[in-house]
Amino acid sequence: MILFLILAGLSIVFSLLVVFQRNVIYSAMALVATLFLIAVLFLTLEAAMVGILQILVYAGAIMVLFLFVIMLLNPGLLEGRSIAWWILGSLAAVLLLFALVPFLSDSGWLLPGQAPAGGSFGSPESLAQSLFTDFVLPFEIASVLLLVAIIGAVVLAKREV
Amino acid sequence: MIVDIGIIAAKALMVLSMVLNLAGVLGWIERKASALIQNRIGANRASIFGFAGLGLVNTLIADPIKFLTKEDFIPPKGDRLLHTLAPCLALFPALVAFAVIPFGDILVLADRTINLQVANLNVGILYIFSMASLSVYGIVIGAWASNNKFSLLGGVRGSAQMISYEIAMGLSVMGILMIYGTLELQEIARAQGTLLRDWLPPWISFLNPLIGWLPAWGIFFQPAAFLLFFTAAVAETKRIPFDLPEAESEIVAGYHVEYSGGKFLMFFAGEFAEIVTVAGLITTLFFGGWQVPFLMRDGFHFPWGGTLFLPQLVVALLQVGAFTLKVLFFCWLQILLRWSLPRFRYDQVMRLGWKMLLPLALLNVMVTAVLIVAWQSAPLKP
Amino acid sequence: MVPLNYYLVLSAVIFAIGVTGVIIRRNIIVILMSIELMLNAVNLTFIAFSRSLGSMDGQVIVFFVMTVAAAEAVVGLAIIISVFRHRQTLDPREMQLLKW
Repeated sequence: MILFLILAGLSIVFSLLVVFQRNVIYSAMALVATLFLIAVLFLTLEAAMVGILQILVYAGAIMVLFLFVIMLLNPGLLEGRSIAWWILGSLAAVLLLFALVPFLSDSGWLLPGQAPAGGSFGSPESLAQSLFTDFVLPFEIASVLLLVAIIGAVVLAKREV
Repeated sequence: MIVDIGIIAAKALMVLSMVLNLAGVLGWIERKASALIQNRIGANRASIFGFAGLGLVNTLIADPIKFLTKEDFIPPKGDRLLHTLAPCLALFPALVAFAVIPFGDILVLADRTINLQVANLNVGILYIFSMASLSVYGIVIGAWASNNKFSLLGGVRGSAQMISYEIAMGLSVMGILMIYGTLELQEIARAQGTLLRDWLPPWISFLNPLIGWLPAWGIFFQPAAFLLFFTAAVAETKRIPFDLPEAESEIVAGYHVEYSGGKFLMFFAGEFAEIVTVAGLITTLFFGGWQVPFLMRDGFHFPWGGTLFLPQLVVALLQVGAFTLKVLFFCWLQILLRWSLPRFRYDQVMRLGWKMLLPLALLNVMVTAVLIVAWQSAPLKP
Repeated sequence: MVPLNYYLVLSAVIFAIGVTGVIIRRNIIVILMSIELMLNAVNLTFIAFSRSLGSMDGQVIVFFVMTVAAAEAVVGLAIIISVFRHRQTLDPREMQLLKW
């Protein structure tokens, strides 16, 4: 329980840093920290495979790509602030929270944390079992999607000679 | 409960201190070995009361004192926070990656069975790969924070090299994972305790007198994967022949040109800790980990039928000793490789990673899969 | 044992922070990063429910969400690079009109 509170508090702090930091690289590093903490939360929720995949794919590859692009484009000037927009945006977020949180805190919503059977929940075997039997079509389509994304990215970012 | 946490803490402390100590000793071995290979004497000027100890005093006492007492210099226009954060980001994954590598089978202490591995995750080897992908950040942030063109160039090259060889590393161990049928490193090490004659299918058993008495180590099943993985791992840790990102003669020490003192020591220690981790991984996957040939949990069982029973403590000590010897051998191999080969050019590095290692690793996976199906037993557990 | 609601509330908070990021920031890369933050909040919800219901389907969906998020981040960043080459700015207000 204490572990969850620490992880939750830290991830909220780092998410706020992502959004409210003016230096883009600090935002990117804060996002890496947030992704790492969310991966640890996955591990506490007995989703070992997905948690490690989050670190491997999200925090290890996608964020490196973000950092590369930030360094390539080299945003020199920090952007200006507009107080009106910031108040409007924060108001929108607070309204969203007021709509979601009472709905989600309703303790009659669902049985909290009934422990699933066996230590193999969330293990690579069970994830692979689901992926290759029930979800094999989305799996294959996802690989085609990745191929399309690779080709698209290379074509888009190529310099015209 | 307290005893459980105490045991885990003791194991973690032991592994951490072993990795850090070995990283330090490797620094000394590197200097002295390079001197021996290049037919010179090496560092021997620092001495205590005339005792220079083969360069030990110089490398292990004088050098750390020198590093730690240097001025902490942050480049004037460089980023203060990121400049200090980068060495920590480089050192942290290198140290924690060793947590899933098993250094022994079990130790039975007063009716409590201790698994000699710090953390037995069910995703095992993927944890090490995720820590390897996190170690890219140390390079990228260190390069950016130095506000130096050479540093940025070295950093971008280094990180591109690292992410390219992560793929080859992951694919080349797929064959081993398919054969032993598990991602957990302790299970892979345990599965290598049987003999080859239990694994070979009946139609090939005429070879049994010749090779059937060999232990079922990964190297006998996947020799090609061993070479691919070794190359990819050496490239991942940016050791020579792949050390263009930090080369002294090409780009003035690359991404750690603006680092001095304690921060440079952290980068340096991180690199040596990665050598130890790569050596540990190679022994666990391909060379039986802590397995001594013919040694089971209660003693030696020789293939010709003889047995030699030993107490559990002796067996555990033998296994930990075997693991240490194998890790030391592979560390030595990497150091030997460093002082024998010239450096690759950057486009050669990229071509090797994408056009040679990746297709070969995929071919290895396909051939292994076909052979497993042909032998009609999956996973190949006896 | 942490109740399910706590995870859902945490995920809602992170999602709201992501929404704030998309609305108020004037740097297109930070907007993309806030979108990733929102995707992660949703992933957390899926995993929490998957654990609570004892079904692996939530984790499989998260697997696919991660894949799609990777593909989308890659293509989005490629578009940003290509737009940056023309406009020389990362301000989304400058990218509103197809031709100036």
